[in-house]
Parts: sequence; structure tokens; C-alpha cells
Amino acid sequence: MDEYEQFKTTYFAECAELLGDVEVQLSSLSDGSQDPEVLHAIFRAVHSIKAGAGAFKFTQLAAFSHEFEALLDRMRDGRIAVTEQGVNLLFKASDILSAMIEAAESKTQQSEDFGKEILDEISLIVTGKLAPSQTIKNSDDNQDSQVNQESAPDEKLTYQITFAPKTQLFKHANEPLLIIRELKSLGDLTSIPILKNLPSLAKMDGEEAYLAWNFELISNVRLDEVEEVFEFVTEDCDLEIKTVSDNSEPEDEIIEKTSVATQSSDPANQTAKSPVTAAKVTSIRVDLERLDRLVNMVGELVITQSMLSQQTNDLPSEQFPHMVRGLEELALHTRELQESVMSIRMQPVKSVFSRMPRLVRELSAKLNKKVNLTTIGENTEVDKTVIEEISDPITHMIRNSLDHGLEGTEERIELGKPDTGNVTLSAEHRAGRIVITISDDGRGINRQAVMKRARERGLIAETATPSDDEIDNMIFAPGFSTAEKVTDVSGRGVGMDVVRRNIQALGGRVSIQSTPGKGSRFTMTLPLTLAVMDGMIVQAGGDKYVIPIPNIVESLRPAKSSLKRLPTGQSLVHIRGHYVPLCSLHRVFNINGAITDPAEALVVLVESEEFGTTGIVVDELIGQQQVVIKSLESNYKPVPGISAATILGNGKVAPILDIEAIYRISQQELRNSPVPDDSDHSDVSENVQDSLASKEAATLAAQNAEIPTPSIG
Amino acid sequence: MSKKILAVDDSKTMRDMVSFTLKGAGYDVLEAADGLLALDALVSQSVDLVITDINMPNMDGISLVKALRENPSFSSTPILVLTTESDDSKKNEGRDAGATGWIVKPFEPEKLLKVVQKVCG
Repeated sequence: MDEYEQFKTTYFAECAELLGDVEVQLSSLSDGSQDPEVLHAIFRAVHSIKAGAGAFKFTQLAAFSHEFEALLDRMRDGRIAVTEQGVNLLFKASDILSAMIEAAESKTQQSEDFGKEILDEISLIVTGKLAPSQTIKNSDDNQDSQVNQESAPDEKLTYQITFAPKTQLFKHANEPLLIIRELKSLGDLTSIPILKNLPSLAKMDGEEAYLAWNFELISNVRLDEVEEVFEFVTEDCDLEIKTVSDNSEPEDEIIEKTSVATQSSDPANQTAKSPVTAAKVTSIRVDLERLDRLVNMVGELVITQSMLSQQTNDLPSEQFPHMVRGLEELALHTRELQESVMSIRMQPVKSVFSRMPRLVRELSAKLNKKVNLTTIGENTEVDKTVIEEISDPITHMIRNSLDHGLEGTEERIELGKPDTGNVTLSAEHRAGRIVITISDDGRGINRQAVMKRARERGLIAETATPSDDEIDNMIFAPGFSTAEKVTDVSGRGVGMDVVRRNIQALGGRVSIQSTPGKGSRFTMTLPLTLAVMDGMIVQAGGDKYVIPIPNIVESLRPAKSSLKRLPTGQSLVHIRGHYVPLCSLHRVFNINGAITDPAEALVVLVESEEFGTTGIVVDELIGQQQVVIKSLESNYKPVPGISAATILGNGKVAPILDIEAIYRISQQELRNSPVPDDSDHSDVSENVQDSLASKEAATLAAQNAEIPTPSIG
Repeated sequence: MSKKILAVDDSKTMRDMVSFTLKGAGYDVLEAADGLLALDALVSQSVDLVITDINMPNMDGISLVKALRENPSFSSTPILVLTTESDDSKKNEGRDAGATGWIVKPFEPEKLLKVVQKVCG
């Protein structure tokens, strides 16, 4: 079976999809769905898993899925009622199945007892309802396989066979000639056709069976092998097989005379008629590596194209009209090509969302809260690289909502709320990004508790009066955790700060909005892909940098009168009634030759959940461009303040700014001034002090003016 | 001319394995992921054998067998249904619908070839 080895990858990929389907269907089953197609779909999935497991000789998996399938089969045709316990058992069984597949994939040996408890439970239910006749049939099967394992008899036997096909043999597209040919392959065959039923040519009907045969087969094959030749036609013919041992003592034993009543209960037909939920498979599987190579090549093409268009920018179009037109088209096509290539890697967030009902189910049982999870927009597509990364944050935020957000059942009743809490998980595309929200109708954020904790932890000055939004978002501050006690559910030593950091590392943002008593909502926005992005190229000194477009609010040349400076050295710009802190790129990166006076420079307003709006002071805007993201970690080394790099049209590398890190660095710089700064920034993103500094600055600024908070969602 | 076989199964793994085994033995193999797609594929061409899974979305194997038998062009095309040992009744169901024979999953490559030879030579 080693020749099947190459299909294992497909098999496991398929298993993952099938398990996802099972999960979805199980959820709808547990929500009380009566649609028979639900059970059929689960059955089909388990059935497919079993078939592959058998082929690849994953015996444990095959055995388990076999029982699982038997249970499902009985449930779908109503022999076993679908009770709540039954659904729970299905859930458990699908867990075991998933663990076994994982073990098979990673080639880990599982203990023989693994899943035995569930297996036994299933077997009990299945056998408990089994009709005696079916039990007998099963044991027949076993005998068959035992016979098959016996070695062939040494001595040659003579089989006397009478074979008289009936008309329906042809209706099933069986062919006597092929049967005779097969029989002949077993040994020495003498065949004598019986022509007595053959009508005259004129009366002959091409679809009727008139011929019959007497065969004598001398062979050392076993009886069952001879019978196997007629396997498909036993019901469509009169068949008699007698053995005569070679030392010729006719036994005249009639071995087989066929007549088996067939029954057809027809659940499969119902399958076809019931509403179709599964999508047609019109896709092909491509190795991710190949796809990545394609994406990379297109990335290179984009760079080359932008290089070309830059080099020829000054070309007088009247002199080279075709050249200029061609280049314009090249730019257009390159962009289209890139978009289609990127779209190949787009996947619906369903694969992540489908895991959440299970999580909610388990958690709500553990927390003893009634929770109803609604998912919206699960077909929203996002790049595969992003999909892989969003599962953890979503899981964490859902845990958080259930554990901290939603009240207990009694508390809800006391408050006059419905006893079942609602959690909604939704995804949508907005402005070229994916927005994922997790909202609950729980108690909202306890702002007093948050303030108290923030002061205790020194995350905020004693005198500060942050806005409600700012308080709410303090839960993302490093080292913050409001949980009074560490719970089994969300107190896993990972705070929301880690969630935020992970999301930011993906170029995403996360924030929370909360209404006391009404609930809270996490909003997470992420780029659709981690491979390309729209960037604004800016210049400071002789260097070019890229600011991610999604961060940019606007850019402006500040009037001298709108610029202020705090005693701490923090520069502010006054825009439409708000003061916005400024940070100069040249100071953050020690760039020589850059414009130092903000009044002569350009301010790019960027926003972030972490610090609100800030102005980045640069010399000049060069232009907007789609850039291919090259990881600094894998190509060079991590640099504070820079999230990645890209290659510009002129072939030069330009850093992509991590505006949050830049803000932190600039705040640290301020804190260290007027002492000349020579501190090492390398651990800046890990440094809790930074956030302290930024809060300090925000607080200071807040004393002077209202800092605009970013609009979220 | 090598014989042409249509393999119908919603599981890509099974299709791949059937196809791999049969191609190795010199057959031409077409694939379809369910009964409807199989019928689509058979609109424009004929085959020497259809091998179909039973449990499939959209149109299951039994319905496919029935549909093919109702079509004069395929009334004498051999059809094998793929069953598993647990659903013995499926063999009969397949037969009643007009299937020529069956293959019990999981199967060894030799077994598959043997059965294929049995019904289409």
C-alpha cells in the first residue's frame, strides 16, 4: 500500500475540511436542527474519513470511524433517536476522531485505549439496538475474512459449474464472456454451452439471455475464489458449483444455490432529494509552496514594473506615445495580475469561525452560563496568512467575553435581561481591510475597577482623567488584567496586551467599545493580506520610508502659529480645535539632513488605538504605491520602529514604519531628553516603561487639550 | 485504445487513489466529485466503466446509477459502486438500481484492478 503514500497529504487536508464540516453540522444539530441533511452530511464526512483511514491502514482511526459511522447511520435512519446525550456523544466522538487524525498525520503512536471509553459507549448504543439478523450478517463477514486468510489448498480440485444467466444479468451490464474469461484464468477450464433455450434467429431478442454453460474447472483455488468470479451475478443467474476432488470421489455437494431476498431501505435517495447544502467541488488543490512562489514572483514583477515606470517617468509622451501607453498598460495589468494572484490565497474566515461554536459550548458549560453565539459574514475572505493568525486572538476575545463580559444566569435574570447571553462574532470587509467584531450583551467594562487597577499598576497618573474610551482600552495595556481571580477560562497568564501585540504584529488594530450594563464590543481590523500593502512613500533627509496607508488620516503643512511646545519638549500641532502630539522621524532614526523645524516640514497624521492620533514629521511626501512586504526578521534582523521593508522602484530598500513603535520611541526620547539619547532601543517594544511614558504624555496632553480619540468601527 | 473509466467520489483522496491505480494499469481515468458532475461529464463522452461512491452530496451514487440506467446510451455500461463493509445493504441497493458490481472499501490496488477487469475486461 506504500504506493498510496503520496495521497496522504490530500487525505489529511481533506480530513481537516471534513472535520470542519462535522463541527458546523454538529452545532446546528445541537441548536435543534431537524433537517435530515445535517445527519447525512456528518455521516458522509465520517464515512470519507473512514474510507481513507482504511486505505492507509490507520487501523485505530478506521475502527473508530467505523463505529462512529454506524452510530450516525442508525441515527439518520431513525433507529436511534437523536437525543441531547446523543448529540453530546457525537461531539465527543468527533473530538476523538480529530485527535486520531492528528496522531496519524504526525505519525505519533496513540495508546490502544485512546478513545476507548467513547468507542465502548457508541458500541453499546449501536449493538443495543441491532436487530439479530444484522448481527448474524456481521459475523458472517468475519467468517469470510477468516476464510480468506487461509492458505490455498495444495491439491487440485475439480469444480463442476452450471451457469445460466438470466435476462437481468445484462440489465446490470454484466457480461458472461468476461466471467468465463475470469474463470479460465483460475485454472484449466472446459466449457460446454447449453443451447437448448436458444431460439431461432428470427425470434431472437438481443437483450434476452438464452445461453447457459456447463463448466469443468480444474484448479487449486479455493471454493470462495471460484464463487467470487460470480460475485456480481449470483442473483441474476442460476448457478450451481460442485466440487469433485481430484482423486475422483464425486461429492455431489451443492455448494451454492442462490436466492437472496433483497431489501432496500433508501436513505441515500432521500439524501439526493433533500436540500443541498454542500457546495459543488470545482476546485483544485495546489501546494502552498507553489502558490507562495507565484506570489513572490508577482511581487518581484510589481517591483520591476514600478522601477520601469519610475525610470521612464520623464519620457516625453509625444515622442514615445506607444512606449508610454505600453507602460501604462503594463502597470494596469501588473496590478490586476497581483490582485488575482492574491485572491487565490484568499479563504473564507469560516474555517476559523466554525471552531467557535464548539468553544462557546464548552465554555458555557464550564462557566454555567447560557450563551447563544451568532456568527455573521463567515464567507468573508482573507489571505491564508492572515487566517492562520486570527484564530488565537478571536479565541481569546471570545473567552474574555464569556468569562468577564457576560453575567451569570441568575445575575442576568435579576437585571431583567434574558437569561441567555448573546455573543456575536462577525466579519466584514471595510476599506480594504477585514474587520472582525466580537460583541456581547453582558455587563460592559467596569470602569472604576479598570481605573483602580491602572493606578495601582502605575499605568496612569493619579491625577489623570481619561475618557471612557481610553479607560476601556486600558485593558490592552501591558501587565493589565482585571480578573479578580485567575479563572480556568481566560486566566491563562496571557492578557489582552498579548492579544493586541499579536494583532499589531500583523499590521492590525484592536479596540474595545463598551456600554456599562449593555455589553462590550471588540473590534479587530487586519490587512487582507500580509504580502502586499498600500503605502505612502515619505522622505526624511536622504532616505525614503513607507507609512502604511490604513494608518494615515491626513497630511498637512502646519502653520507656524498652530505649533506649540510643552515644557517636556513635546511638540504639538493644533488642528481643528485639537492638539495632536508630533514625533519627528529624523529624531527617531537619527537622520541627518532632515528638516528639523516642523513649520517647514510636512506632518502626516496617523492614528492608532494605542495612542490615538499623532503627527509624524517628515520632509516630503513622495507618493502612494502598492508595496511588496519583505520581512526584516527573515532577511535582515528586527529593527525597532520598523515592521518590515520593501523594495522601491529605484531598487533601494525602504523601511515600512511601525507607527506605534515609532511613537513609543519618540516618547522615550523625550523622557530621556535633555540628556543626549544614546540608549538602546532594541527592547523598546517589550518595555512596559514605554507605555508608561506614552500614557504620561497622553495625560499631559490631556491636561492642556482634548486629545481626539480615534474613531473605531 | 485504452479503456476509459469515470471515477466518481466526493473524496479527493479516494478519487486520486482510484485514478492512480487505474492509470498505472493503463486505463484512461476521468474524475467527478458527485453524481451531478458525473452526469455532466457523460454528456459529451462515453466511458467503458463508471466507478462511483455511494455517499455523496448533490447526487448520490444510487441516484447516479439509476439515472445512467434510464439513459439508453448507458444502459449497458458497467457500473461499480464503492461500498464499505458496514453497509451491506448498499450492495443490494446498488444492484437494484442497476449497478453491475461493487468494490468494498478499503481496497487494495490489486483488488480494484481485479474487479475492474471483471466487469470491463
